[in-house]
Amino acid sequence: MRAAAEKGHTSAASLPGIPRASKLITSAVAAKSEATTSSPSTKPGHEVLLFEALQEGLEEEMEKDPRVCVMGEDVGHYGGSYKVTKGLAEKFGDLRVLDTPIAENSFTGMAIGAAMTGLRPIVEGMNMGFLLLAYNQISNNCGMLHYTSGGQFTIPIVIRGPGGVGRQLGAEHSQRLESYFQSVPGLQMVACSTPYNAKGLMKAAIRSENPVILYEHVLLYNLKERIPDEDYTCCLEKAELVRPGKDVTILTYSRMRHHVLQAAKTLINNGYDPEIIDIISLKPFDLYTIGNSIKKTHRVLIVEECMRTGGIGASLRSSIIDNFWDYLDAPIMCLSSQDVPTPYAGPLEDATVVQPPQIVKAVEQLCQ
Amino acid sequence: MAYVMRSSPSVQSGSLAPHSSASSVSSSASSSSYILRLGALNSQRSGRLSITRRAIGTANRRTRKPHGVSASTSELVAEKPSIKNALAITREEGLILYEDMVLGRSFEDMCAQMYYRGKMFGFVHLYNGQEAVSTGFVKCLKPEDYVCSTYRDHVHALSKGVPARAVMSELFGKATGICRGQGGSMHMFSKEHGLLGGFAFIGEGIPVATGAAFKTKYEREVLKNDKADAVTVAFFGDGTCNNGQFFECLNMAALWKLPIIFVVENNLWAIGMSHYRATSVPEIWKKGPAFGMPGIHVDGMDVLKVREVALEAVARARRGDGPTLVECETYRFRGHSLADPDELRKPAEKAHYAARDPIIALKKYLLESGLVDETDLRSIDKKIDEIVEDAVEFADASPLPPRSQLLENVFADPKGFGIGPDGKYRCEDPAFTAGTAQV
Repeated sequence: MRAAAEKGHTSAASLPGIPRASKLITSAVAAKSEATTSSPSTKPGHEVLLFEALQEGLEEEMEKDPRVCVMGEDVGHYGGSYKVTKGLAEKFGDLRVLDTPIAENSFTGMAIGAAMTGLRPIVEGMNMGFLLLAYNQISNNCGMLHYTSGGQFTIPIVIRGPGGVGRQLGAEHSQRLESYFQSVPGLQMVACSTPYNAKGLMKAAIRSENPVILYEHVLLYNLKERIPDEDYTCCLEKAELVRPGKDVTILTYSRMRHHVLQAAKTLINNGYDPEIIDIISLKPFDLYTIGNSIKKTHRVLIVEECMRTGGIGASLRSSIIDNFWDYLDAPIMCLSSQDVPTPYAGPLEDATVVQPPQIVKAVEQLCQ
Repeated sequence: MAYVMRSSPSVQSGSLAPHSSASSVSSSASSSSYILRLGALNSQRSGRLSITRRAIGTANRRTRKPHGVSASTSELVAEKPSIKNALAITREEGLILYEDMVLGRSFEDMCAQMYYRGKMFGFVHLYNGQEAVSTGFVKCLKPEDYVCSTYRDHVHALSKGVPARAVMSELFGKATGICRGQGGSMHMFSKEHGLLGGFAFIGEGIPVATGAAFKTKYEREVLKNDKADAVTVAFFGDGTCNNGQFFECLNMAALWKLPIIFVVENNLWAIGMSHYRATSVPEIWKKGPAFGMPGIHVDGMDVLKVREVALEAVARARRGDGPTLVECETYRFRGHSLADPDELRKPAEKAHYAARDPIIALKKYLLESGLVDETDLRSIDKKIDEIVEDAVEFADASPLPPRSQLLENVFADPKGFGIGPDGKYRCEDPAFTAGTAQV
């Protein structure tokens, strides 16, 4: 265990950097007894990959409610470009799992019209970036139509798809649309990061009467986890406490959660006690969970994959300042991706997103 | 007395008698054996009296030629021979059509007045001159059918049954408006009457309409409800026909044989942009067959012709034979909106279409055919005047929306506003809707 120098605070018990008298921690995720929300399963459960969890959630809701249907490119016979809808067309038919022509704006609008008149469609963007073509419909009709119609029409639609920076997919396939859509009034946005919350959020989003955008990540589809057998949903508006701690609040979502967890291993070994929160709900923010954490740790680090400018982190920072200014002992740090189109070259691509060593350094800086 | 279109040229005031009446567009028609007549489609309509003709695309799959009816100067136009039993209307139908058109016209005229008196604001797009299209189509529909419109939507709303009071109130921005004052002129919606909007961006309503038609098909085939046969009519203009969403939806509707009718209100102008300056192939009806649906061209200043086409297209959709594209040649007597000085359109063109006023034409026909007499029509005029005046009075007397209404209806489920720092959902606080939305 490496000794860490005292950093000049008063109470020794809560000093960051002081080595804990415990063994080397190899896993940053809290042990089962401390866990609050990870996997409260009463039965043994079953192991799934993240894309299978999404598929299970989708299938279960389609079985439950015949109005639930899927629309998108290659969702039917092809089974979805990331296999989330695999097998569903065989089971439910070509109309319930609709292979659309390549016309994002129009089929998203079609899903909205169908939702207005009684169906509950799920629109898949083959890559979230393609939904830029549907921005007209997502902004004007999906987000705003409930309001402009004076509440007459509801649009219980789910828009989902893979986004984020992958492995050298090029700039256009590596976009983070959460920042582009966050201003649209009337939309809810959630990001899944584990098989457990993927299934739970998928089901909750389908059941919601509001239009929900569910952000998945290209690199997370093969994450494996044991999830409960019984029916469960995750709350669309609640953040997930991944690891309780005392020194710093790290707010993150999607793939960066895993980078944070990786960094946390190093941090814990160096004597830090980070509290890690996966915000899950990108819009609206769960200010209760976030606030309680800040009141405890007084330091905030946001780690996100969005661009620096106008990203989720920017909004979150601003929200925290509005609500919890008095509880902060240090300026809020925000680690975001570089404001650059994602380059193809490997090392450059790595440099655009936040990597674990940067997170470690940021925490060390924040806790000085 | 039966109405036979071509034998009573007096009905089409100001235009030459059209050659064709609506033909059967069912797939059982032997489309390959149509008498094909060469005709130079008169593309310069303004200033010249145009020949109106119908062109039917090849809907019959058995004899479909690849690339069906392609656009070229030797374009072969199928014309329907004269039919003895053309559209006949009863006295009651005639009165309904007349009343609906007069309601549309009077309402829009009152809107102009109210706008200039400072009772309504923003962008207001009036429908004067195009009444035959709305009346012709919407009066063929059942209450369960859907209508989807654009920003020029007041009259579509009225035709579909939305009370004049509710529309006028909405225009005045009052809480009693059909959308609680939250939509305005360009966003008329009515769940009760199947009006799916009211859209400000052109083209964005067409996919919504396509979705409503998709829902009918879904209801039949997935939910196994044999009785589901609601049809959707999408109205939009000539400018929209150069927009991607138009073509994308023509494709999807034909592909899945959706029960939808695409009605183009071609009034030749998109604000100040002439249709001919914006479109490589100005004959919009030709674009239907390119996607595998019939393309019909109809005189949109003649409500009976429009109705005849509408009845057929609606029947086609209802029995599951798929979509139809109908191009209505029509004209707006006023500018694009009340803010448009309307300086680009030539007086001769305006005069030509003013002489084809659909209300005057129907009135003339009804009187000459003996179906009604002057007193019938005058009493309708009076009734409409009263309705419109009552609508204004109601709107005037209605309250503006209270501040507390600001955040209602942002979400169907207000939990979407999220959880506040105190751990409660924001919507649980009764004072929330009076505050600011903050996430």
